[in-house]
Amino acid sequence: MLSIPVERFTLGNGLRVNLSLERSTPVVAVNLWYAVGSRNERPGRTGFAHLFEHMMFQGSQHVPKNRHFELVERAGGTLNATTWFDRTNYFETVPSHHLELALWLESDRMGWMLPAMTQEKLDNQRDVVMNEKRQRYDNQPYGDWDEWIQAMVYPETHPYHHTVIGSMDDIAAATLDDVAEFFQTFYVPNNAVLTVCGDFNRDEALDMIERQFGPIPRGGEIPPIPGRSELSPTIGSTVRERVEAEVPLPRVLMAFRIPPFSDPDYYAADVASSVAGSGRASRLYRSLVRERRVAKDVVSNTFPLMAGAGMLLAWATGFPDSDPAELEASLAGEIEGLEAVTEEEIRRAVSLTETRLVREIQRVGERADLLSMFDQLFDDPERLNGELERLGAVTPRQVSEFTKSFLGPDNRAVLTYVPGNHRPRAEEAA
Amino acid sequence: MGSRGRERIGRDGPEHRSRVGALRHRIRRTIGLAVVTGLAGCSVSGPGGAGGGAVSPGGGEGAERAGVDRAAGFDRGAPPSVGSPPSMRVLEREVFELSNGLPVHVVEDHDLPMVSVELHVAGGGRVGTPGLGPLLADMLDEGTTTRSAVELAEAIERIGASLSTGADHDGSVIRLGVLRPHLERALELLGDVVRNPAFDEAELDRVKRQRVTRILQSRDEPRELADNALADRLYQPGSSYGQPLLGTEAALRPVDRGDLVALYERTFGADNMSVVVVGDVDRDELEERLEGALGSLPAAAAVDFARQVPRALDGPAIYVVDKPGAPQSEIRIGRVAVARGTPDYFPLMVMNTILGGSFTSRLNANLREDKGYTYGAGSGFSMRREPGPFVAAAAVNTSVTDKAVVEFLRELRRLADEPVGEVELDRARKYLALRLPQRFETVAGTAAQVADQVLNDLGDDYHERYVERVLAVTAGEVRRVAREYLDPDEMVVVVAGDHAAIRGGLEELGWGAVTLIPEPTVTDAPPGPDRSGSD
Repeated sequence: MLSIPVERFTLGNGLRVNLSLERSTPVVAVNLWYAVGSRNERPGRTGFAHLFEHMMFQGSQHVPKNRHFELVERAGGTLNATTWFDRTNYFETVPSHHLELALWLESDRMGWMLPAMTQEKLDNQRDVVMNEKRQRYDNQPYGDWDEWIQAMVYPETHPYHHTVIGSMDDIAAATLDDVAEFFQTFYVPNNAVLTVCGDFNRDEALDMIERQFGPIPRGGEIPPIPGRSELSPTIGSTVRERVEAEVPLPRVLMAFRIPPFSDPDYYAADVASSVAGSGRASRLYRSLVRERRVAKDVVSNTFPLMAGAGMLLAWATGFPDSDPAELEASLAGEIEGLEAVTEEEIRRAVSLTETRLVREIQRVGERADLLSMFDQLFDDPERLNGELERLGAVTPRQVSEFTKSFLGPDNRAVLTYVPGNHRPRAEEAA
Repeated sequence: MGSRGRERIGRDGPEHRSRVGALRHRIRRTIGLAVVTGLAGCSVSGPGGAGGGAVSPGGGEGAERAGVDRAAGFDRGAPPSVGSPPSMRVLEREVFELSNGLPVHVVEDHDLPMVSVELHVAGGGRVGTPGLGPLLADMLDEGTTTRSAVELAEAIERIGASLSTGADHDGSVIRLGVLRPHLERALELLGDVVRNPAFDEAELDRVKRQRVTRILQSRDEPRELADNALADRLYQPGSSYGQPLLGTEAALRPVDRGDLVALYERTFGADNMSVVVVGDVDRDELEERLEGALGSLPAAAAVDFARQVPRALDGPAIYVVDKPGAPQSEIRIGRVAVARGTPDYFPLMVMNTILGGSFTSRLNANLREDKGYTYGAGSGFSMRREPGPFVAAAAVNTSVTDKAVVEFLRELRRLADEPVGEVELDRARKYLALRLPQRFETVAGTAAQVADQVLNDLGDDYHERYVERVLAVTAGEVRRVAREYLDPDEMVVVVAGDHAAIRGGLEELGWGAVTLIPEPTVTDAPPGPDRSGSD
């Protein structure tokens, strides 16, 4: 179905390179995946991978602070970076004649970041990250759900037990020495994948990449992920937490350990989740929102993670007068009901995924990110081209078996938010 | 994914025919073509490169040049030189009308087998009681006269299509995204949704309850509290731009099927709509399908749009929405500014890019990168059919709320008081100009560009001249529009945060009276299915 072209190279220092031509728009995307994320953080330094990502924008030896953003913006480009459990990615999309600018900026911070680091920059970005946490987690209804859910689904020794944003105490404790050690350990060419996708000349691009990244020395062996990634495939029971918070509506979240992204059974989980929660003809929307009207909104998603187990997360938000127990029972009932799904439901789910994927790959930035992902996680960027077939091959029987093995009460984390802890409103006091 | 060869269609000269008597006139217009020439004028950012007097970026003072790599024979101390600017492909927009006069704008783009359709209906928040237009849009895909809501959702999702209905402050839009093989079926469903909505009572009760609940939820979303409070302070009651799009509970509660049908008949007519289609379509086939789907739609009854009247300012004022214990304050500083059709569009966009429209803008550089008060600060002009708000915004740590307000006001004043330097000006102009191609990367992106152009009467040469007009903005024009639109004395300040913690600091600023805004009241629980009979 998909036939996105990829050419692969490896530089002498171990940097993996993918080139993918797509010339319909005169723009080019540069995308780097470093195989380091929150899973690599040691105890006492949670949130550090993300803080480090912020530091990567604070300049490098040949690029003064702020210049990175300035140069890309002046070129009419877009850029950003994100940190996740298993990786950190950095990306720019620029008009095609600015390809080497993006490569220069990325290579300079891969090879020459440390000389530019100062205590003042670290202090400033610690403040910015703490404000990010306040804005996106603390000052948002339900914003701390991931802290609860991750701690319930993954044991304390597991690298996914803590969140990507991490703890504020740990962020406050980070030092410049931590920055240097993290950089020297993980930000090395042999721990990265570089993808260039869009409108470029192949031979020129290869020359540029060799010129910009070639001189960066190979790093050492990447240390093993801290803690224990191996874990039982299921949680073993139903674990529950109930949170009274400043939320207007009750919400029940339900999370399950599922096979990791690298396991063929992951695809049954993905399809099951889509049958349950993608679109308005999905089971959860149809039953909980439309027919029984117990929920205002419903969601179901899978987390394609690599270390031991992924996660399926579903939730339903009730109305002010909803009974959370009823909400939980309805959610559980629909999820357990995935034991019997039809071919037609699977086709609907896969069709929606197909349209979404084609929509995404219109952008060279998305294409590049997907190619980097499949290279880093599977050592095979072209795996992207077979993704729809893998989903389409899932049978009702596989969904049924997956449901029996993974979506029962022996593998369930239930987090219930109930409104509370807010001052009486005028009409309630009256 | 097999991509068909793209043929470059020759440019036909615009072919204007009289509207009178021409049922289907075809006009071909190009978009994007002149962007080629525009970008060619933009060879920027090589070391010592042209770039309108810009200094060589990269800070390459002698001492910094430690990175000269003799083996590779290049100097790492300066940004690499750039090649020639790219040329942009030609996209042609063609216009035709269905037999009922409904205008259709088509851009064929055969790169991927994807089609994006937008159907725009003038109205949105500007018609009916608060929240009614958006509620109507929401109800369109809740079943038709021949398909229940569930059957409709299944029919759409079986072909992997996405069909969304919604409304903004000026209009409703129905968006369809579909893969080429399913286009015919998808257009048929689109036609059913637009022509035959059922407005079923039971579905309406459910959707109303969801929306009233959503309004309740918004009272715990600090961002929405701040946005809504500012809009309310900027416009007089009765102006729809001052109301949240969701509406108010008081206005939604009494709405019944008859209200929806009446508003539908007043606004959903062929003479009050336009359609944009971009992607892998054949123009003639498309015309036939659209004629079947929408060609029989009658004209709308007369539409009256709410007028937008700014509140008179009583001198500088700070309004606080109380959010006890909030770890951050959501700050909004704004005024009623301009409509999309403003002749100052280009100077305003350049000025705002400098102020708060990009990561390196003054507000973000000051409040985030220098002070560490926030995760991000920015500003923007919400340009609508009539003058919409200018808003500068950030969520800041509670303890620095007053200091952050001072920095906002300082930055507004600085743009009006001091001329902007060439380097900063050049960066802003190029930021806007060179990003144009990215907006045409997806069929949905191109559709949005075409819709902006045709709905706002921006002219046939809008995209062709865009780059040239951005690059022509001068420091003098930036200062002129800053003086006209950024005067701090004409701004309203709203803060959603912990009143007890921030009031003292805000009062000490001495900038304006600090007034606590009462929370909107909710009279009782939203109607449930068991209470629907009382509606």
